[in-house]
Amino acid sequence: MRKARTPKLVELPGIWLGQHIQTIVATLGRLMDSPLPSSMTMAVIGISLALPAALFVMTENLRTMAGGWDQTAAISLFLKFEIDDQEAGRVADEVKTWSEITRVHLITREQALAEFRDLGGFEESLDKITKNPLPVVLTIYPGPAHSSPEQLEALQGKLMKRPEADFARMDTLWLQRFQAILDLIQSGSLLLGVLLGIGVLLIIGNTIRLEILNRRVEIEIMELVGATAAFIRRPFLYTGAWYGLLGGLTAWLLVTLATLLLQQPVSRLASLYRSEFQLSGLGFAATGLLLASSILLGLIGSLLAVNRHLRGAEPG
Amino acid sequence: MIQFQHVFKRYPERGEALGGINFEVQTGELVFLTGHSGAGKSTLLRLIGLLERPSRGQVVVNGRNLLTLPRNQIPYHRRQVGMIFQDHRLLQDRSVFDNVALPLVVTGLGQKEIGRRVRAALDQVGLLKRERATPVALSGGEQQRVGIARAVVGRPPVLLADEPTGNLDPDLSREIFELFERFQYVGVTLMIATHDLALVNSMRHRTLTLDDGRLINDTGSW
Repeated sequence: MRKARTPKLVELPGIWLGQHIQTIVATLGRLMDSPLPSSMTMAVIGISLALPAALFVMTENLRTMAGGWDQTAAISLFLKFEIDDQEAGRVADEVKTWSEITRVHLITREQALAEFRDLGGFEESLDKITKNPLPVVLTIYPGPAHSSPEQLEALQGKLMKRPEADFARMDTLWLQRFQAILDLIQSGSLLLGVLLGIGVLLIIGNTIRLEILNRRVEIEIMELVGATAAFIRRPFLYTGAWYGLLGGLTAWLLVTLATLLLQQPVSRLASLYRSEFQLSGLGFAATGLLLASSILLGLIGSLLAVNRHLRGAEPG
Repeated sequence: MIQFQHVFKRYPERGEALGGINFEVQTGELVFLTGHSGAGKSTLLRLIGLLERPSRGQVVVNGRNLLTLPRNQIPYHRRQVGMIFQDHRLLQDRSVFDNVALPLVVTGLGQKEIGRRVRAALDQVGLLKRERATPVALSGGEQQRVGIARAVVGRPPVLLADEPTGNLDPDLSREIFELFERFQYVGVTLMIATHDLALVNSMRHRTLTLDDGRLINDTGSW
């Protein structure tokens, strides 16, 4: 009587790796054996993941667009028309001494006119004007510690009270508000991502649970002939990971497709605003993150199902 | 090889199935287990294969005390005990080859070695030519022989059979029992539960008789 040969210790890693590779291939094969239900599950996961991913792409693009604009807080103080460059210089020097101000930039009437001419489209009308119609402008930059919307508003009021001031305009307040809105959308999409992630977890968990129930007989027989709990669980865990990966790829495809479709109209709109802005899709890092988290969701989802429904051989 | 010491098994729903069983089976013995249905034959075999644990008492198989065997060791114990069932317990959607290969696949054996051993096992039961068939295409006797091939393919030192010929006619039954004798010749310890008394009496092997969960007769070795 020859006893069943036990593998030598050096062979064990090879057996372990071989079993894993075999399971990885076999589970994918099983998924492809039933393409319709598999692809439906894949599509549900893909759409769930595509929503937060698309929101992320949208906010990232808006952020890039806004990043092109000057973001430092500043107030443009338009002086009264009768104030000349020399007197404006004195006002600038005085304002510069205020503790909340870091820098004051003076735009003389001549500079303003030149700048205006450069913008284009106004040359003809400017040529007809003999006298410079533009006032002196002081661009006033407060320090970073004095740049909150409330502080800017207070500063604006303080500047307006000066006798030389015509009016003061905050250039960047709306930009700050825009940034705040972007932050809000991004937090919202993160929250949505978490919720939909839990959804994906449940979808995969339930799919794996059904798969386990379908294969009850097979599992029982495998336990009977001496399969370890790990051996029986392994294919289900890999199936979950496959669902995650395929769902993640579907999400990537959906977002990339949407980006490509919108590329053309966005470029046209940007060119109307004389902007070089280009819509960008999911970057390399974001794609990696999407796929990694979708695989992880698949693994955790199937782990939950497996822990609940596969407890290994248990004698009564 | 198999020792029962004062073994009790009680089910909550139907009371005592085994009450104080004591016996010992030596390596290489072939033992019949008889008794009316419900006498506890299946329960006794299930305790050896660790499909169930005794309520009280000790079962020792191949030097392993099953009472203290941790749960994660159960699979390794089952690889040492080949089990054959009346309803074959085959996977209907897999080929004969895949069914027989299952005990080897779960151990992580290489494909080549699996193929070699599966064909050797199928050859022993005379089904070498049917390896590609699915169980549905086989007769009852052939299906049972696939079950036997699956039980012996891992070369376990212990074979258990629970009513292996329950659905077979006398000629086929005798064939199966002769197959079991051949395994005994190569040193396998076998316990076969059956109520085919005519066959048991004609074969002259040690016979244990159970009645209502108690061991009422042990013929001893021939």
